[in-house]
Amino acid sequence: MSQWETVIGLEVHAQLQTKSKLFSGSSIAFGAKPNTQASEVDLALPGTLPVMNMEAARMGIKLGLALGAKLNLHNVFDRKNYFYPDLPKGYQTSQLDLPIVGEGSLSISINGEEKVIGVTRAHLEEDAGKSLHEDFQGMTGIDLNRAGTPLLEIVSEPDMRSAQEAVAYLKKLHSLVRYIGICDGNMQEGSFRCDANVSIRPKGQIELGTRTELKNINSFRFVERAIEYEVERQIDILEDGGSITQETRLYDPDEHETRPMRSKEDAHDYRYFPCPDLPPMHLDQALVEEIRATLPELPEAKKARFITEFKLNEDDASVLTQDRETADYFETVINNSQGETKIIANWVIGELFAHLNKDNLSINESPIDAARFADLMNRIADNTLSGKTAKQVFAELWSSDKAVDDIIDKKGLKQITDTGAIETIVDEVIANCPEQVQQFKDGNDKVIGFLVGQVMQKSKGKANPKMANELLKTKLN
Amino acid sequence: MSSQHALDKDTVLNIAKLARLELSETDIEKYQQDLSAILELAKKMQDCDTSDVAVMTHPMDAVLRLREDIVTETDHRENFQKIAPSTEKNLYLVPKVID
Amino acid sequence: MTIQTLVSLKKQLADKSISSTELTQESIKRAEASELNVFITVTADQAIEAAKTHDEATPSHSPLAGIPIAHKDLFCTKGVLTSCASKILENFISPYDATVVNKLNNAGTISIGKTNMDEFAMGSSNESSFYGPVSNPWDLERVPGGSSGGSAAAVAAGIVAFATGSDTGGSVRQPASYCNLTGVKPTYGRCSRYGMIAYASSLDQAGTFTHTAEDAAIALNAMSGFDEKDSTSLNVTTEDFSAQLNNSLAGLRIGVPEEFFGDGLNNEVGSLIEDAIKEYEKLGATIVKVSLKNSSLALPAYYIIAPAEASSNLSRFDGVRYGFRAQDYGDLDDMYTKTRSEGFGAEVQKRIMVGAYALSSGYYDAYYAKAQKLRRLITNDYLTAFETCDVILGPTTPEPAFKKGSTADPMSMYLNDIYTVTANLSGLPAASIPAGFTQAGLPVGMQLTTPHLQEAKLLNIAHQYQQTTDWHTKTPESYAVSEPAVTTGESS
Repeated sequence: MSQWETVIGLEVHAQLQTKSKLFSGSSIAFGAKPNTQASEVDLALPGTLPVMNMEAARMGIKLGLALGAKLNLHNVFDRKNYFYPDLPKGYQTSQLDLPIVGEGSLSISINGEEKVIGVTRAHLEEDAGKSLHEDFQGMTGIDLNRAGTPLLEIVSEPDMRSAQEAVAYLKKLHSLVRYIGICDGNMQEGSFRCDANVSIRPKGQIELGTRTELKNINSFRFVERAIEYEVERQIDILEDGGSITQETRLYDPDEHETRPMRSKEDAHDYRYFPCPDLPPMHLDQALVEEIRATLPELPEAKKARFITEFKLNEDDASVLTQDRETADYFETVINNSQGETKIIANWVIGELFAHLNKDNLSINESPIDAARFADLMNRIADNTLSGKTAKQVFAELWSSDKAVDDIIDKKGLKQITDTGAIETIVDEVIANCPEQVQQFKDGNDKVIGFLVGQVMQKSKGKANPKMANELLKTKLN
Repeated sequence: MSSQHALDKDTVLNIAKLARLELSETDIEKYQQDLSAILELAKKMQDCDTSDVAVMTHPMDAVLRLREDIVTETDHRENFQKIAPSTEKNLYLVPKVID
Repeated sequence: MTIQTLVSLKKQLADKSISSTELTQESIKRAEASELNVFITVTADQAIEAAKTHDEATPSHSPLAGIPIAHKDLFCTKGVLTSCASKILENFISPYDATVVNKLNNAGTISIGKTNMDEFAMGSSNESSFYGPVSNPWDLERVPGGSSGGSAAAVAAGIVAFATGSDTGGSVRQPASYCNLTGVKPTYGRCSRYGMIAYASSLDQAGTFTHTAEDAAIALNAMSGFDEKDSTSLNVTTEDFSAQLNNSLAGLRIGVPEEFFGDGLNNEVGSLIEDAIKEYEKLGATIVKVSLKNSSLALPAYYIIAPAEASSNLSRFDGVRYGFRAQDYGDLDDMYTKTRSEGFGAEVQKRIMVGAYALSSGYYDAYYAKAQKLRRLITNDYLTAFETCDVILGPTTPEPAFKKGSTADPMSMYLNDIYTVTANLSGLPAASIPAGFTQAGLPVGMQLTTPHLQEAKLLNIAHQYQQTTDWHTKTPESYAVSEPAVTTGESS
């Protein structure tokens, strides 16, 4: 066992799903042509001024409520001064001493145990533009479309003790911001970005070790790998008698290593001061209550309700509430079908998830919407379909936009539940399989399975297997 | 001028660097004097006890007004880039940025 | 002596004794003939075209329609060079109009160009302009004051009857006083700062240069008003600043702060202000002694707050998206540094450095935070004083206009702002109006300050004084307006 303890704190930048920028009326839609969403305010033309987006403030409050955090109804924007070409004003408008969200927490589950991770604060700030390092004869190209996009920077306490915990926290937060509809969570497009502060210390030591800040770790897998790499690197240095330099390091997923960043040299003096263009924000408690009333059911509460209301087990409830879209899908299906909740859960987690994974789709992109899925569940519940035929219908639903009943009719998949029709087939099977019939009569109960299989085969899978089973037993006893 | 508030050369150079300004040797001395003079003036402020006084960052203690979240801007790139020192492929060009 | 006022020009336009085109041509002729270095840009063609359009259109009710004016070169004007008198913006053709410009355009004014100023409004002498110093029309050897020196000279020299200015620490009132004009800085937030290139955001406010208070009211009516593009714009009901002009001053309580009459005040200036006080007593006002005990701290607080905000406001001038970029540079930092060192003048660089220092880690509390606390004490002094008086009266500056080149010691120049910076720190409306001349024939201004949002009252107090005195009608001999002209007094 290592005698080192890892200490991790995360800083997450969540891009807010507003329509316009934090301080201007420019669109923040992703993927626009370069600099077409950069207005005179975003370009910091001389004389231009910021006007704060109300929705961003509301989203800040939403997050604060979801984290059970202290809300700073009186909060202040400050300027963080540094020169960088993707920062048009030469300062970033952020919040230093009075962020909109104060202390809160988020609990994670590690190996079945709950652990509470402290959230230090969350503050509103504007995003920077993008530097494009393609070759422009040794120059860098700047696209300012992203400049001014609203962000909430969510800072955790250094409460995580392993890369695994860090990922669990990150996933939880990722799910939460999407639940409350403030961030789309798209890590590839950079809407949800993570920096990790990592340090190690000898086990039992209270004092924190020197930390490094890891940047550019934009997938759950990279977070885990970057932290693991960095911890190893720090252990190697300390065990060789060296010391850790406090610095910002960049994670390179291709090389699987972290290395120091060369830029941001005057990181040590940002000359923060309250932004004179933006007086302090004063929100009132009535607004908070209004937002609280519109807050959706949060993941923890939803999971608990799924367990009690739908009689699901802990694991299924966890999976089905991991994101709001999945939970909503499941609930819509439940509300529109008479099927057993356990069977529906199995179908969602099994067949639906498998298909989604295979085609790399999110549940919102599922070719089978909740309504058609509910129809399918109804046909299982009313015995129109067997498990087997239901899978055939599912496959057809996946690749077409036909209705469930149309598929059943066209393919003639309607389950045979007419006793007379099944009886005819059963009689045929008994007549054709004297050997197995004799074995059954001799007390080999297992052979009934073979006989049912024969019935199903003859009926092309349409016979209700339960009825076939019962009829066989009646006739042979 | 009190020597206590006179800025040394390194401090002046460090501030210039923070502000992305380049000073010639002769400038440095002049800035040392001029900056020190202003700071000497500012020293008068310390005579006043402000321990119970809250900062006033805005006249009349103004409060922030918030705007509706609506997109009001349209694309004026062509117009804006006409006045830019250097652009290519619709991007603003700067000497290579190093991460 | 005669002056042209907005009121008289409107009359002449209305009775068709002159057309806007003729008026504009005359203004442009004067602007181009002037040796005062008043203008950075004269937009002759655009102005004449606009004037012609005005003459052909149906008569407008706006009291400013068809009248030529000039804008200080820190107001962004679409399609026109907006340089802020700095090399770093020597090629900046603004793609948009400042709100103030927009409002004045809508009121039908004809802008004939952009006036010279101290670079980025930093200065009290107009000598820090990249385009050279401006001369005071009363004495070409002297400065017109700053930073809005070009606008002041433009009105004083009879080129236009009204020019815009901006006032961060006295940049309207001080040049108004040096050039024998009425200069008004309204309450912070009255005029939108959108499109007014920032010096110190929490202090900057647009203002007016006119001959009379009556004209100032007309100009302010057009310029001011709530603007949703400026988060510090005051969302208050618009009022008619002309409405109270003719109110009697009987019973008016004038506060005279002893702190404004102490050491450093020129004797001639002091006695002219005493005369003005007596004049007000004749108008029915009573004099109340008030104390602004922290006013000696206003100047140091100002010279920390303004540079601190400026150091950050001027970071956007980096040669990336607009403006000047140095010719030869190596890496990115070299491009920034060369662009800014070559692009900014010495005074601007100095204030940026003072500001950066005041905000830097370890000094923030002692300088910036301290100054912002003093700001509250200074404001409280005024609010307390206004419990016993309606207006505070004193000199605008300690001395009349000084000679060019006499500010080798920058601290002596800063002292010019000693009486004016308090109104900026507290956001109060204040005006400088002509109060007489020194033996040497230099104009002297008196400053009036009223509580927040009481511009109408302020202009009433100024206007009543101008009904019984004629200082404001004096013009420098070589710039006397020949024809057409009217004497004031008859206009009310």
